[in-house]
Parts: sequence; structure tokens; C-alpha cells
Amino acid sequence: MTSRFESVFLFVVARAMVPLIQVFAFYVITHGHYSPGGGFQGGVMLAASIILLRVSMGDESYERFPREAGIVIAGFGALAFALLGFMSMLFGGNFLEYALAVPGMGADELRYWGIFFAEVFIGFLVWGALVAIYDALETGGVE
Amino acid sequence: MTADFLLSRYPYILIALLFGIGLYGMTVKRNLMKKVIGMTIFQTSIYLFFIQGATKQGATIPVLDPEMGSSPELYINPLPQVIVLTAIVVGVAITGVALSLILVLHRRYGTLDEVELLRRMRESA
Amino acid sequence: MKLFAIILIGILAGFVIWGTNDLPERGDPGSPASTGVSTYYIENAYTDSKTPNMVTAVLADYRGFDTFGEAVVVVAAGLSCLLILLRRRRREDGTEGGLFSQADAEKAARMAAGKGLYGDDT
Repeated sequence: MTSRFESVFLFVVARAMVPLIQVFAFYVITHGHYSPGGGFQGGVMLAASIILLRVSMGDESYERFPREAGIVIAGFGALAFALLGFMSMLFGGNFLEYALAVPGMGADELRYWGIFFAEVFIGFLVWGALVAIYDALETGGVE
Repeated sequence: MTADFLLSRYPYILIALLFGIGLYGMTVKRNLMKKVIGMTIFQTSIYLFFIQGATKQGATIPVLDPEMGSSPELYINPLPQVIVLTAIVVGVAITGVALSLILVLHRRYGTLDEVELLRRMRESA
Repeated sequence: MKLFAIILIGILAGFVIWGTNDLPERGDPGSPASTGVSTYYIENAYTDSKTPNMVTAVLADYRGFDTFGEAVVVVAAGLSCLLILLRRRRREDGTEGGLFSQADAEKAARMAAGKGLYGDDT
């Protein structure tokens, strides 16, 4: 659909920046415990990197990141987050209460890892949803 | 009294200004695209209203520093930040849905002008 | 008409500013928002979940169900964008086509080159 904007600078700079943005996005997601950041912010950055690919590379980017992948990733994130939350209900706690006992882990450490996985899944969800919205809008609609 | 009011409540005045601009875009502008822009400005005023309610004089960001301890006066309120954080992402998603509806309308009726759109809708009905 | 709307919105904004008389001052540590449940979060976030960042702790632990609802809203918005704009249709040989097709892409490019979306100014 969008043909690549014919500028070698845009292409080279975007190709150099996309992996850096993605690494920083994963840093933001996984260090949400210690610094400002978390799933929502990192997910938006991941989506921005994919959208930068789309804008700079045009049709070629669909080979790297297919258009159907966005909503699949978002659905995976939502489903995994829901499973993480409702899993603890199976063990008798409330949503995200982690009532199950893991040997060698205190309750606070269990919640620490629960927060970690929740953030990762939220990151996936926001990433996929925003890419899906962009891809849907980019088609301009089907007659 | 006026100076006092301005000094202690200037964020509310700026927020009310953004509120007015957003409401103006949503109600007076006839182009649907501009209505969406107005809606975004309106949302921004709500975010700012929440966020400015979180501030405390002399407090720092809500990331615990073990040397400072965990006294509530030392950290700003984390709750509005959480609410606004999720609201921003939901706002982006809402804007996406609004834009896709606008795309469909524009393809079917060929215009985004509110009055013209209603006229063409009535004609084709 | 336009002037009337501007005056009306101005009056409304004036009422909003007037209403802030009852709101706490900026940065007041004793405001109701700062003395409610948030003090619990600030004092106990680290001991409860070993997470120094209270925003993360509130987001993904204390108010996880709220976040779950927001997450569902985001996914539903992405899905509804796809459902509004894309229609799965059969290819000519009767097989199911993908969500995105090349013809849509060409149509969108034609549309983008033709009529602008930002016209019809008022």
C-alpha cells in the first residue's frame, strides 16, 4: 500500500533506530519496578518502532512484521494477563492475589514476579493493539 | 485576593482554558476530524486535572528511596498517575476507533462536514 | 451562532474556574486526595511487593483488576478498528481471503491521492 518514501537517509536512519528503540522499550518494560516505566509505556514504544518500520520501509515491513500479527499479539497479551489474574482465583485468592505457595518464595517475592509478568503481558497487549489500529487505519478501509 | 487566587490555583485556570478549547472544537467545529482533535484536547485537560491533584509541595516522584523512608509527605500521590497512565492508552485507542469510523463515513458519503453529512444521509435513506 | 457558542463556552469555563475555589491549593500535602488511600500505597508498597516504584505496584497489583479492565478496553478498541475497516471476503476461487488484501491497499492509495480528508473547512 504505502510505497516506500524514496529517501535513503530516512531508510538508513530508521533501520538503525528501530532496534535501539526496541531494546530501550524492553528495558522500560522490565525495569518498571525500579524506575518510571512499565508495560503501557514500553508497549507504546514497541508499537512506535513497528510504525516507524511501516512508515520508512513500506511494503517491505510486512515481511518483517505481518499485518495480521498485531491483533494476535494483543490477544495473546490480554489472554495471558487474564490467565495470570484468574489463575490465583483457582487457588482460593482474589484476582492477582497469588494465593498459591511457591517453595522458597515469600508472599512479597511472589507479588514481585506477578507484577513483572503482568507488566510484560500489558506491554505485549498495548504493542499489538496499537499496531493493529495503525494497520487497520492504514488500509483506508475496504469497500 | 485575586493575586492569591492566581498564585494558588493557576493550574486550574490553564486546565479550564484547555477545557474550553476542547469543548469549542467538539461543539462548534463542523468537520468531524476537528471534533476528534477537540476531543483529544478535552481529554488532555482531564489528564492534567488529575495529575495536578497528585502534586505535593516538596515531594518527589513515587519511587521509593530507601534512604528517605516511606513517609507519605515525601512522595507525590501515585494513584492519579496510575489512572492517567491507563487513561492515556485508552484515549489513544478511542482516537483510533473514532478515526476508523470517520474513514468509513468519508468513504460512504464523501464528506466530513456535519451538516452536509446529515443531508446526504437523509437523501440516501 | 458561533459567537453565541463561544460566549457560552466562555461562561462555562468561567464557572469551572469559579468552582476551583473549593478545590485544594496546588501542592497541598493535606488535600483529601493525598490523605486517603494513597498513603497506604506509599507506606506499604515496598513491604508488600518489594517494588520501589509505587506506580507499578498500584497499577499491576493493588489495582490489577482495574488495569485488566483497561487492557480489555484497549484490545476491544483494536479489534473494533479491524472490524470497522476490514471485511474478510472470499477470493475468486472460493477460499477465504486474509484480513488484508492487495486490492484494498491500491484502493487506499488511490483515495489518499485523490480527495483529502482534511477538506470541508468551516
